[in-house]
Amino acid sequence: MLKMSDPVLKVEGLKTSFFTDDGEVPAVGGIDFEVKEGEILGIVGESGCGKSVTSLSIMGLLPSPPGKIVGGHIYYQGEDISHAKESKMRKLRGNEIAMIFQEPMTSLNPVFTIGEQLEEAIKLHNQRLPKKEIENRSVELLKRVGLPRAKELLKEYPHELSGGMRQRVMIAIAMSCNPKVLIADEPTTALDVTIQAQILDLMIKLNKETNTAIIMITHDLGVVAQMCQRVVVMYAGKIVEEGPVKDIFNHPKHPYTEGLIQSIPDLHGKKERLYTIKGSVPKPGSITKGCLFAPRCEFVMDKCRVNTPELSGGEHKSRCFLHQEQGRKEVRT
Amino acid sequence: MFYYSVKRILMLIPVLLGMTLIVFAIIHAIPGNPALTILGTKASPEAVRQLNQSLGLDNPWYVQYFSYLKDILTGDLGTSIQTHAPIASEIWPHLAATIELSFVAMIIAIVVGINAGIISAWKQNSVFDYTAMILALIGVSMPVFWLGLLEQWGFSIKLGWLPSIGRDDIRNGVDPITNLYLIDTLLQGRLDQFWMVIRHMILPSIALATIPTAIIARMTRSSMLEVLKSDYIRTAKAKGQRMVWIVYKYALKNAFIPILTVIGLQTGLLLGGAILTETIFGWPGVGLYIYNAIQYRDYPVIQSGILIIAFIFVMVNFIVDLLYGLIDPRIKYK
Ligand SMILES: Nc1ncnc2c1ncn2[C@@H]1O[C@H](COP(=O)(O)OP(=O)(O)OP(=O)(O)O)[C@@H](O)[C@H]1O
Ligand code: SF4
Ligand SMILES: [Mg+2]
Repeated sequence: MLKMSDPVLKVEGLKTSFFTDDGEVPAVGGIDFEVKEGEILGIVGESGCGKSVTSLSIMGLLPSPPGKIVGGHIYYQGEDISHAKESKMRKLRGNEIAMIFQEPMTSLNPVFTIGEQLEEAIKLHNQRLPKKEIENRSVELLKRVGLPRAKELLKEYPHELSGGMRQRVMIAIAMSCNPKVLIADEPTTALDVTIQAQILDLMIKLNKETNTAIIMITHDLGVVAQMCQRVVVMYAGKIVEEGPVKDIFNHPKHPYTEGLIQSIPDLHGKKERLYTIKGSVPKPGSITKGCLFAPRCEFVMDKCRVNTPELSGGEHKSRCFLHQEQGRKEVRT
Repeated sequence: MFYYSVKRILMLIPVLLGMTLIVFAIIHAIPGNPALTILGTKASPEAVRQLNQSLGLDNPWYVQYFSYLKDILTGDLGTSIQTHAPIASEIWPHLAATIELSFVAMIIAIVVGINAGIISAWKQNSVFDYTAMILALIGVSMPVFWLGLLEQWGFSIKLGWLPSIGRDDIRNGVDPITNLYLIDTLLQGRLDQFWMVIRHMILPSIALATIPTAIIARMTRSSMLEVLKSDYIRTAKAKGQRMVWIVYKYALKNAFIPILTVIGLQTGLLLGGAILTETIFGWPGVGLYIYNAIQYRDYPVIQSGILIIAFIFVMVNFIVDLLYGLIDPRIKYK
């Protein structure tokens, strides 16, 4: 049986590849992390580092072909679902593990009403619920995500709503069956800054009310600082640093994390120019030897190009020789 | 939806008027004197003058046009030169024959075409997909008359399974009520005749359905491929919905606008009377009716025939327009 301290979701050595005409592209190259009940975990990283592929792997929604889980395990409440049958996954999706996406403008079906789409989500996992009950619950959900005129909204179509409202509807759909885990893949990237803050507040509120664990995927460390307890930093399909948010902000161990922190606007007061990490993310699979960050790293050493660093450390782990050699010395100078 | 429909209906008026004007102009642009055609070339000038007068042909064109319009509105389509019968009553049995056959052919085309297209898109690059698309390519490029002859040779002559000519057996003719034989035989409770009528429809309707089936299948496939990639389909999957349901309900409704467009066009084409198919299968439809009229230079019949076909085209398009608004809520606002 599941113990209280056991994670709801645990990813172990997950490897996901795309099999394209150019051969195998390892989009996720063996990652481990876990989410506890009611926790908000952040996953950050630049575009293309494998955040979406990770979440789609968990949901069993990889575009396949060409995508395929080629290694590792995904445990939901102790049960490995990485190669579960489609019928099993259908029961989990939306019901136990829900997901919201980056594009609120296109994530709702344009030719069905908000009500039809929300009620469908409820009905799918509550077959015997009477129609009246489903409608009441829909109205309740829309109110809970802060949408006005809930009753009329049910009869409206997505194009009649703003982006922020649509994302609230998406959240209402995701929360409709009280999932244990909510994966939010950059839910605010496409929205205005003020709307962004409102949506994040809403998610924090729902997390407190329902104890749903949230995996908050973002490329914005500012969002992580505002929401998460723990954070996983991904780079080129691998985890390079992981730990409590406070520790990572105060004592980043990996030069990449350091760079990400420096590029947050406003966190360290006004800057003349925003800091950016030089260079760009290597194509998956293009670096086979040494540290993946070596071509962009300011602290690169000879052995970084030859040997591959392991993820190590206690609660606060990193994948960098600087720390494995020099103990607790900070990167920041 | 109400305002959208009203707007569409109002827009019909100028279209229909324009249509009658064009048909009127075409007939009047054809050289030759109708009176001479009616009376024969040996008629005396006096007789021609009198007939011209009684037909109103000596009036200015706009007077003629308005009287023509008045006739149409009162349901008077003129009289056939060949049979001296009123065209309005003469044309209906032919029209009914064409409507019945086109309807059955389109049902086949829609059911087969849409399903083939959906499965091809869903199982893209599968054996089914390749087979269906090769068949569709053959379907659009195969001459219908050739397919019709092939069917007759195989299923009528060689196998003797199905009749190859006409709407019913000569010795067991259907008593027309509406002239839609499927309905008539049912109204009369003649199930044996109903079955006979169906047997007569099988070969011509399949021949007629090939091209629309192929076109609908290809359009469905490409439209569905586009939709299946979209974010809202991913959302539906993330809710835990079944793929069959996602494909047939969510994706299809989104993919339907271009499919509806080709369905409308193909229906219009079939209703216009497929002369070749009707000739091969001895199907007494409008195509055959107008074809005969052309051979006899029966101008009033030609004129009314063209008018009715044009009218059907306009009405099919009108219905398609209304359906657009019903399927896609965004259309009303454009
Ligand atoms: N359908 C696909 N076919 C082939 N390769 C793919 C496909 N989808 C993703 N990839 C590969 O996986 C890598 C990771 O993509 P992913 O979408 O997970 O990035 P991400 O971290 O979510 O980035 P973003 O911040 O832009 O959303 C990409 O670099 C790409 O090479
Ligand atoms: S291992 Fe070397 S190259 Fe990689 S991040 Fe650390 S110092 Fe930089
Ligand atoms: Mg992404």
